[in-house]
Amino acid sequence: MADKKKLVMVGNGMAGVRALEHLLKLAPGRYDITIFGAEPHPNYNRIMLSSVLAGGTDLKDIVMNDWSWYEDNRIRLHAGHTVTRIDTDRRKVYSDQGAEADYDTLIMATGSRPFMLPLPGADKEGVIGFRDIADCEIMQETARTYKNAVVIGGGLLGLEAARGLLNLGMDVSVVHISPNLMNRQLDEPASRMLQAELEAQGMKFLLRKQSELIYGKKRVKGLRFTDGSEVEADLIVMAVGIKPNVSLAKSAGLAVNRGIVVNDYMETNVPDVYAVGECAEHRGIAYGLVAPLYDQGAVLAKRLAGVETSGYEGSMTSTKLKVSGVDVFSAGQYEETPGTRALRYQDELDGIYKKIVIQDDKLVGAVLFGDTSDGASLFSIMKKGESIKGKEKELLLGFAPGGGAASPASRLESMADDEIVCGCNGVSKGAIKDAIETKGCATVGEIKACNKATGSCGGCKPLVEGLLGLYAGERAGEAVKEGICGCTSLDRDEIVAGLKRLMPNTIKEAMLALEWKQPEGCTKCRPSLNYYMGMLWPERYKDEKESRFTNERYHANIQKDGTYSVVPRIYGGVTTPSELKKIAEVAEKYEVPLVKFTGGQRLDLFGVKKEDLPGMWEDLDMPSGHAYGKMLRTVKTCVGNTFCRFGTQDAIGMGIRLEKEFERMNAPAKVKFAVSGCPRNCAEATIKDYGIVAIDGGWELHVGGNGGVHVRATDLLCVVKTEDEVVEWGGAFLQYYRENATWGERTSVWVERVGLEAIKAVLDDPEERKALHGRIKTSLSYINDPWKEIIQDKELRKNFEALAVPAPLN
Amino acid sequence: MTKMLVANLADIDIKGSRTYRHEQLEIAIFKLSDGQIRAVENRCPHKGGKLSEGMVCGTAIHCPLHDWKIDLKSGRVYEPDDGCVTSYETEVDESGSIFITI
Ligand code: SRM
Ligand SMILES: Cc1cc2nc3c(=O)[nH]c(=O)nc-3n(C[C@H](O)[C@H](O)[C@H](O)COP(=O)(O)OP(=O)(O)OC[C@H]3O[C@@H](n4cnc5c(N)ncnc54)[C@H](O)[C@@H]3O)c2cc1C
Ligand code: SF4
Ligand code: FES
Repeated sequence: MADKKKLVMVGNGMAGVRALEHLLKLAPGRYDITIFGAEPHPNYNRIMLSSVLAGGTDLKDIVMNDWSWYEDNRIRLHAGHTVTRIDTDRRKVYSDQGAEADYDTLIMATGSRPFMLPLPGADKEGVIGFRDIADCEIMQETARTYKNAVVIGGGLLGLEAARGLLNLGMDVSVVHISPNLMNRQLDEPASRMLQAELEAQGMKFLLRKQSELIYGKKRVKGLRFTDGSEVEADLIVMAVGIKPNVSLAKSAGLAVNRGIVVNDYMETNVPDVYAVGECAEHRGIAYGLVAPLYDQGAVLAKRLAGVETSGYEGSMTSTKLKVSGVDVFSAGQYEETPGTRALRYQDELDGIYKKIVIQDDKLVGAVLFGDTSDGASLFSIMKKGESIKGKEKELLLGFAPGGGAASPASRLESMADDEIVCGCNGVSKGAIKDAIETKGCATVGEIKACNKATGSCGGCKPLVEGLLGLYAGERAGEAVKEGICGCTSLDRDEIVAGLKRLMPNTIKEAMLALEWKQPEGCTKCRPSLNYYMGMLWPERYKDEKESRFTNERYHANIQKDGTYSVVPRIYGGVTTPSELKKIAEVAEKYEVPLVKFTGGQRLDLFGVKKEDLPGMWEDLDMPSGHAYGKMLRTVKTCVGNTFCRFGTQDAIGMGIRLEKEFERMNAPAKVKFAVSGCPRNCAEATIKDYGIVAIDGGWELHVGGNGGVHVRATDLLCVVKTEDEVVEWGGAFLQYYRENATWGERTSVWVERVGLEAIKAVLDDPEERKALHGRIKTSLSYINDPWKEIIQDKELRKNFEALAVPAPLN
Repeated sequence: MTKMLVANLADIDIKGSRTYRHEQLEIAIFKLSDGQIRAVENRCPHKGGKLSEGMVCGTAIHCPLHDWKIDLKSGRVYEPDDGCVTSYETEVDESGSIFITI
């Protein structure tokens, strides 16, 4: 081991670690490697911090090289150590935690830090940059207790921070010195469209504003501008630019300009000391995007491995905004200057803007807004620098004038093999094709593991998926998408289509016909198949109780100790003294431990022994309230005009009628109704799956509400005049939901997914509405009260009883 | 060791279960879809859920409380959870009588 050279790297970030990965492949075992990283984390995907902030991605999902990677490659990692001194004579580095290391070769990969405007008050609590996990955590933390956020800087990073803070529920204003957002990537029209789109998402803008000072006591309270105006702020995120981390290099005597100066082989002015990444300055440029840094890393790795390589010659860069719902792409020279010509396409109806800039018949710049699918192709043409004479319009519009629009698949097919698909990692179409065709990759994940495509910002995922579809054939179909559970690769729509085609009679037949991987399925797919088949063929399908959850099998709610609770149906929450007496007597007879009013306006008898259930039901002589199961639960009502001085309609009557019409209705998920007698809405109808609010002379029909885990207020479906219409629209809405939603999906999620407009379009058609209502009535006509059925059927009833105590045989 | 006649095949539905008590012990008896009989202690190793109330899938039972999946023959809990429940020897004679050895 003594002859192994010692390699030390300062900085444990994206560019440096990538270069080492490369090196380990080219020359495994050649170096004894030590890394110092100031952050207490293994190397993670910094780009994805925007997605973490915006929600949907977890911090633990963005780690790129986990702790075991370092171990497996025998890399000594000093995480949480900042290198404070380099002695280039003795060839030694020292950390703030007292660690030191000798090196034969040193790599500086210290990245950069956010540039903090030197405003008075910039040191107050609540003023941060957006660079690392720690910043992200502060933002998430702050959003929990504070309301107003101000982002200084309307560039890429600032807008991504602002979008994330919006998602965290903060009120966000973006301050920008120029009149145009992203003015370093976009021309004026694109910038205007971007602003309009972000404003529609709730972002506020303070443009042409120059910050003067930050006020507040210990913590920031607001920001004042040079024009005297102010904005309140509990949090200020500065995203006005980055500054390469060079102080350590400078003190070690390396030549530093804006960044650490390197030549085409990433060598600094000191022998055996290299720099790579955002901290390096190459031919006058310090880059701030990963694609060029990875190019640098590749050259550095080859150099260190002793593999011949041409030098790094600089990179052309392109940028994409990773904000949901806004597609922006920009590359090269986006403004027209003397000597250039531009082609523009602007469609304000669909919010699409495209511009390409041409110089000497070559493509030198492009801006795309709204539809960025051509970004990768345009960027690749730009990089090649070939003549585009005669093809200009085709490039702009994506299709030759006069011809039909090219399909995405044919566009992918005609893409040249050397065209780059994953810009961040420099993976070409040819490399992806090769991974699929010769290395057997069949999922995006496998391709990522093979050549890193989609591994950084993820923007190219649709293209990679398209290529999979094109070159993996059948294999892709199976592996790319996920089925409803581990037992099948089919999704909901494929299952329902398959059932319609193959018409199985039982779940077992369905699983055979649809090639289930687990012969008897699991607790997810069995109940869903049972639901879909019952929904499709109410007349002939025999419900399989063994494929229903406990509660739906025993028609009561199981409790933590194995006892059950009993909720009889009390239509519209209206009862009578004699009914109450009966319930009281039953509760006493069976020694029910707890009697409670539920949140759904009825009585619950808790702690009932399973063997007592049928007897209790018999004594109660009331229908099941279905306080369990994926079906209609309660219909809450307010008193309405029966007694209330504000009531406009008979809310109780309407509620009882709806409950009688739809009780026992199976559905993809539980369904709750409520009817309020006036817009004061005492029955809380606007958080129900189907909520009715009476108004003078009519009824408002609301749908898609939920008062549970994710509270969602309803959308107004329409206003109708008569009670019959309330029933018909309700029936039609519910049946459309039953026929189209995924098992387990409540109306709130479903309405959000398919959109109210799509649902309205169907229900607005009177014939369609009648047909849907007819179908739900048919379905309901086949279902009886389960309690009565069990009481009367010995075979069913036996399952509630324990076996008689047997005698031992010997 | 005690061997007991506990039930007849007809007493248990396919993919269903029945229970009985033996002194302090509650035992759940299951009938798989191919008619085989299995018996385990009726207590989920997680939080004591009654396994008899769960869903039978192949040779495993899913606990009704938090969906742990347990093999009915070995009593072992499937990954990613961990644990074990006691399982008992079962026998069925020609007349369909079910015997359990404890
Ligand atoms: C009994 C009751 C609480 C009470 O004492 O008042 C209750 C009890 C349970 N609720 Fe509830 N919910 C009860 C009203 C509600 C309400 C209020 C309402 O309906 O007006 C809500 C919010 C409204 C809504 O659903 O939109 C509610 C939202 C939930 C949720 C969250 C649903 C969601 O989509 O986010 C669950 C969990 C689930 O369904 O997966 C749940 C699940 C449960 C379960 C069934 C948990 C379970 O799976 O075992 C509880 C059974 C307890 C037991 O041992 O019997 N319960 N639950 C209420 C019965 C009402 C009735 O008469 O039928
Ligand atoms: C929110 C966000 C979104 C982004 N989005 C994109 C995007 O969409 N596309 C894109 O291409 N780029 C994007 N970037 C930029 C990209 O993340 C960077 O270009 C890239 O991470 C730079 O890599 P690096 O290795 O040079 O620096 P870094 O990844 O910053 O790594 C440098 C590491 O060195 C450590 N360090 C510094 N000094 C010392 C010292 N003295 N001792 C020990 N350790 C030290 C630092 O703590 C840091 O961990 C984004 C950046 C951010 C913050
Ligand atoms: S809120 Fe509902 S689910 Fe939660 S403990 Fe209360 S009754 Fe049970
Ligand atoms: S008690 Fe069985 S899974 Fe929790």
